[in-house]
Amino acid sequence: MLAKRIIPCLDVRNGKVVKGVNFEGIKDVGDPVELAVEYNKQGADEIVFYDITASFEGRGVMLDVVRRTARQVFVPLCVGGGIGSVDDFREVLRAGADKVSVNSQAVKNPKLISDAAEIFGSQCVVVGIDAKRNGMGGYSVYINGGRVDMGLDLGDWVKEISERGAGEICLNSIDTDGVRGGFDIDMLNFVCERVTIPVIASGGCGKLEHFSEVFEKTNSSAALAASLFHFKELTVGEVKRHLKEHNIPAR
Amino acid sequence: MTAIIDYGAGNLFSVKNALDYLGIENIITKNADDLKNADRLILPGVGAFPDAMRMLNNSGLTEIIKEEAKKKPLLGICLGMQMLFEKGYEFEETEGLGLIKGSVKLMTPKDLPIPHIGWNELVLNNSCGLLQKGGEYVYFVHSYAADCPSENVSAYCDYGMKVPALVFSGNVYGAQFHPEKSGEAGLEILKKFASL
Repeated sequence: MLAKRIIPCLDVRNGKVVKGVNFEGIKDVGDPVELAVEYNKQGADEIVFYDITASFEGRGVMLDVVRRTARQVFVPLCVGGGIGSVDDFREVLRAGADKVSVNSQAVKNPKLISDAAEIFGSQCVVVGIDAKRNGMGGYSVYINGGRVDMGLDLGDWVKEISERGAGEICLNSIDTDGVRGGFDIDMLNFVCERVTIPVIASGGCGKLEHFSEVFEKTNSSAALAASLFHFKELTVGEVKRHLKEHNIPAR
Repeated sequence: MTAIIDYGAGNLFSVKNALDYLGIENIITKNADDLKNADRLILPGVGAFPDAMRMLNNSGLTEIIKEEAKKKPLLGICLGMQMLFEKGYEFEETEGLGLIKGSVKLMTPKDLPIPHIGWNELVLNNSCGLLQKGGEYVYFVHSYAADCPSENVSAYCDYGMKVPALVFSGNVYGAQFHPEKSGEAGLEILKKFASL
């Protein structure tokens, strides 16, 4: 049986890991390669680097971070942020990433998903989504780090993503991100009911119990967290032990 | 010296990174003499069976690999593992290296999606040079799986069906998972291969 994955996410700006609350008030928390090595030791099942600089200079720094990490961390690495073309995919994969995550650019140009899936395989195409309740019982997709409402319905978007051959969806709830009140169970169930590809839960965990809750109440395949791990409130190992105590398959 | 065979379809650098990290002397090569002089061979692979076999045949290394596999340990990884079998049925029937009995077919897990992606547990079937215990979680990414005699399966994993995860025949080994992406458990398997 497949293990549920625990994925630390590192938001990287100009080669440093940073963490914001509700996408604002960003703080510096450390060196990405060192943190990746530490999370690997703790038992992380995958590591995500999210490049929030996404400038030309920032990209070079990011690729170097990926290269250095791939020499000492032997679990899948995923890189996202500012990926807008098949060439961007190729560059990041060549640097040693196993998966590439696209978000805003995929909303603007959905063909990027199918093109990348065809060339590199579905397994390396992760579509990140920032979504928020629309006040009418549904959810809307936002882009540019949660700032711009695209008027795109979440249900329609996840169906299109899946049909275009994405390998996974990483669903970040803007409503719960940074609030630490738990993952967005309703939004995750809304998406898990509509696709068969793996869904990664993101945004909102604040304590150990939130990890067992998300796997007990939704069909999510993985849970992603940032600040909890960066600020050393929890280790990945503690989360794994907690899952095993709750009879949730974990590595 | 461990030769990582470069025939145009592989996750060569991940494998090289892992061997470098373990301090195992290695070379990425498409040179026939390097394969003959190496102590052991690794055949990586990513992509589709027919394309990969075509590239291997075009590289002129197919017969050399078959010959060298009689004398020294060979490890196929992912698609490289699948190519060790007699035949593959991805899109069309394709002849493989024929170093292990059996063929490679589309997976048919009950009520589960393919590809099979993620960390799954090794369940020991027969002890071999690379695995004696089982119970380790390793990282899989594949849609096709081997159909082969149980005596050649060192470990299965459970994904709605019994999926051959680690296979062997004499000194030929194949890992359906990616040992170079499977954390400590994967590194341990590479270390054992390097000491065969």
